[in-house]
Amino acid sequence: MSTEPPSVMLSSRAAARARRGAALRRFARSYAAHRSGMAGLVILGLFALIALLAPVLFPADMLDITKTVQNETLEPPSGEFWLGTDEGGRSILAVLAWAARASLTVGVAASAISMVLGTLVGIGSGHYRGLLGSLLQRLTDWFLVIPFIPLVVVLAAVLGQRGLGTIVLVLGVTSWPGTARLVRAQTLSVEGRPYLERAKALGGSDWHQMVRHVLPNVMPLVLANTTLTVALVILSETTLAFLGLGDPYLDSWGTMLDKANGAGAASTGAWWYLLPPGICVILVVLAFTLIGRALESVLDPRLGRD
Amino acid sequence: MSTLATAATAAEERSGQPLVEVSDLRVRFRGYAGREARALDGVSMSVGSGEIVAVVGESGCGKTTLARSILGLVRPSSGVVRFRGEELSYGARALRRYRREVQLVLQDPTGSLNPRHSVYEAVAEGPRVHRLKDESGRVARALSQAGLRPPERFALRYPHELSGGQRQRVVIAGALALDPRLIIADEPVSSLDASVRGEILSLLLQLRDELGVSLLVVTHDLGLAWNIADRIVVMYLGRVVEQGTTEEVLHRPKHPYTRALLSVVPEIDQREPVVLAGETPDPCRVPAGCRFHPRCPALASGAAAAAGVADDCVGTPLAVLPAAGGHSAACHLHP
Repeated sequence: MSTEPPSVMLSSRAAARARRGAALRRFARSYAAHRSGMAGLVILGLFALIALLAPVLFPADMLDITKTVQNETLEPPSGEFWLGTDEGGRSILAVLAWAARASLTVGVAASAISMVLGTLVGIGSGHYRGLLGSLLQRLTDWFLVIPFIPLVVVLAAVLGQRGLGTIVLVLGVTSWPGTARLVRAQTLSVEGRPYLERAKALGGSDWHQMVRHVLPNVMPLVLANTTLTVALVILSETTLAFLGLGDPYLDSWGTMLDKANGAGAASTGAWWYLLPPGICVILVVLAFTLIGRALESVLDPRLGRD
Repeated sequence: MSTLATAATAAEERSGQPLVEVSDLRVRFRGYAGREARALDGVSMSVGSGEIVAVVGESGCGKTTLARSILGLVRPSSGVVRFRGEELSYGARALRRYRREVQLVLQDPTGSLNPRHSVYEAVAEGPRVHRLKDESGRVARALSQAGLRPPERFALRYPHELSGGQRQRVVIAGALALDPRLIIADEPVSSLDASVRGEILSLLLQLRDELGVSLLVVTHDLGLAWNIADRIVVMYLGRVVEQGTTEEVLHRPKHPYTRALLSVVPEIDQREPVVLAGETPDPCRVPAGCRFHPRCPALASGAAAAAGVADDCVGTPLAVLPAAGGHSAACHLHP
């Protein structure tokens, strides 16, 4: 029998890489065919750019109330302040740009936590039948049926320290059950395929089966779902901040709304203070939702187009 | 192949010890509403070194459960599986070691291969799981043993680029990459084209001749068993009803069930076709007495009554057929 030089193994890796590259290109092509998905991508790109460039466009001094005392407070939009000023005389446009950083960071970081937790719990409860599986499933159910806002409020209060980290943690550990349920369903469908039986007969451990066969199959769905989670998390962050549970030293769109409310923007007719953060939240949530829906329909042809 | 394996085979043959032996194996599955399915209800059988044994029976008779429990994929409720005389233990480490020796080939080669893995990765999965040295050498050898030559031409293909027969060869190569002593093939050719079946069957025979691998072929097809097997085990409703060498079972069948099955195989005999009446067997409700009696043509035709065993057929349960002991049948007509 011929013995093979180790080059076969190396070229096997190269072939796997080439296949992944081709799959990625195919994916990009079919995503590009979704107009709404592309629109979402453009909106999100714009906000990401603003968030990244905020320190350049609006120096940090502009947010310091001690340095804005000479400005009019709650001044309507003008040539100098395109979106007017807040109760501290700060440019609302500058605050808005800086707040994008906080909101996007919370959205992405908390969704990452939620994605990891949801995937772990989902694959675990789908793979291990028996006690561990049902425990994980009950845990998921428990988090699903607990009313979201009270749970988040209580958690934020219990964790005390108001900061970005706390908010990320609280939202991360409360928003994973949807992902877990989805992953569990997909895991069950993959577990039924004969190649898992073959992997078992080859002597593959549970870890081997989950990482080599189940995970690659659930990952695309998880990514699509996570994009939708980002939207949910940003909305929740806004809610929390509006309820006064945000970081008071950090501007986010939610804290802006809270402060606008506190400054009586609604009753004094200062629409330039209330509307912009609200519209930003809506746009970013919309962008993530459009992207998530487009990803879903690209990855799952049964859902159809647009 | 290595002289070592041949030497081991020779030693086993001398000792007269079967490679795998199961005795009084029982597997129960719990169904809805407290119903309990007796998938295996007392099975004893063995596979010798370098032997090809066919397990034959209609769907639902427990043949796949038998295959899965020999592999250790199903834990029996009672009874033992012995490999080289040693009782199979279900600890993770022991099972892993066991699975280098006993391998599985499934019915559907398309589903058995992960569509995201290349042929190389599929065949290398076993060696990687067991952290064997010289992975690429093993893969190349296994591919050519399975008739995919030259191996480098196939290594980088993906399953969807291959034909059904080639996919089944990849699955077989994946098993061979671990140098197993026993390959359990569950309906290895029933999803393949007729033209490819012969090729895969002759590959299996060749593996036995060249590598000394034992084979346990699970099939519903007596014609296939006739072509490939040294011994045949006929199962009905979780029990072995007849076993013996292929010659004995197919030329001088004892059990009425085997006779009925044989009568409808075109290539074997020119008997009058016997169509079995009655319900298809339900492992949740195993009949009393002989489990075949509600459908038994010998009982229905009065042959059993003439022999004076009709009451036993309906009321007296039969003992589990022992694994050893040549041609035997679990039938009151053939005590």
